[in-house]
Amino acid sequence: MTDAAAGDLPVDVAALIGLPQYDRTADFDVERAYTYNTAAATRNSNPIFWDDAVAAEITGGMIAAPTTLSLWMRPHYWQPGATGEQVALQVHFDLKERFGLPEAVMTDNTLILHDPVRPGDRISHRQVLKSVSGPKTTKLGSGRFWVIDIEYHNQHGDLVGIESYTGFGYRRDDATRADEVAS
Amino acid sequence: MTLLHTDVSVGDALPELSVEVTPTTVVLGALASRDWRPMHHDYKFATERNGVADIFLNTPNQAAWFERYLTDWTGPSGRLGRMTFRMRDSVFPGDTMTFSATVTDTSVDDAGCGWVGIDVALTVDGRTCSTCTARIAVPTDDDDNPWRRRGDQWAP
Repeated sequence: MTDAAAGDLPVDVAALIGLPQYDRTADFDVERAYTYNTAAATRNSNPIFWDDAVAAEITGGMIAAPTTLSLWMRPHYWQPGATGEQVALQVHFDLKERFGLPEAVMTDNTLILHDPVRPGDRISHRQVLKSVSGPKTTKLGSGRFWVIDIEYHNQHGDLVGIESYTGFGYRRDDATRADEVAS
Repeated sequence: MTLLHTDVSVGDALPELSVEVTPTTVVLGALASRDWRPMHHDYKFATERNGVADIFLNTPNQAAWFERYLTDWTGPSGRLGRMTFRMRDSVFPGDTMTFSATVTDTSVDDAGCGWVGIDVALTVDGRTCSTCTARIAVPTDDDDNPWRRRGDQWAP
């Protein structure tokens, strides 16, 4: 779905490919309550999330649901001193702004899970832009695809996971009707 | 239930799971994953700005649904190593999403970890909304536990 298309990229965007950005540490420790929320939202009865004795036996103590990896780096919706919308995956929003594409969706997600994340951990990450496509048109509109990788580590420096997102930033075409894009 | 690697063969089908999606399903999943973007809770934003039919399931919540589906099958000793999914179409309130899957690969790596490769489909009324490939570790015998693996012993 993506292609390198490096030739048609603005120089400033091409310079970002492969460059680690937004090396940050989370605003808060990993909390068990979010695993309950995630398990409840998906009606997941896996006892390693609900039963301390089972968690002790199988996972060596309570862990965060593995697919919550990105959750720990998502900013609060609001916090004192913050202005404007607080967003995760800043590179994605930078590209939307750079290309003047007001809308965006994610199309692909890869998760590679290493050491479990546990309550009390403090997660850090960095984002790496891997590629940006040339102009594309889909049923949603016209824009570009891009791929962003994120590496996550815990407070000990252990790798806990790697994630990759493909996003499509787009501008709705006038001819694009809502019933077409929702098909 | 503990699924052992020796219990699994290529071509095995996982039991289907069907879930009726409501606005609460979408909003609960978005907020549980700290995804505050309005297309996952604001109908007007989703329809008028994004141009889609309704609010829709967000990416991390879809990941969590795939995780739940896979570990329903493996039991708690199953440890997800890798998962890639492509969202071809959105899942909206009013949809009944159905998960189905087939085992595509079984292997034991150099560290003795037993892996199962699985293709998963998320469909709504027969329409494929998302496809997923997953690699999940299951115990090779009653004494094995993939969750104990670290470092070189864990190669997802």
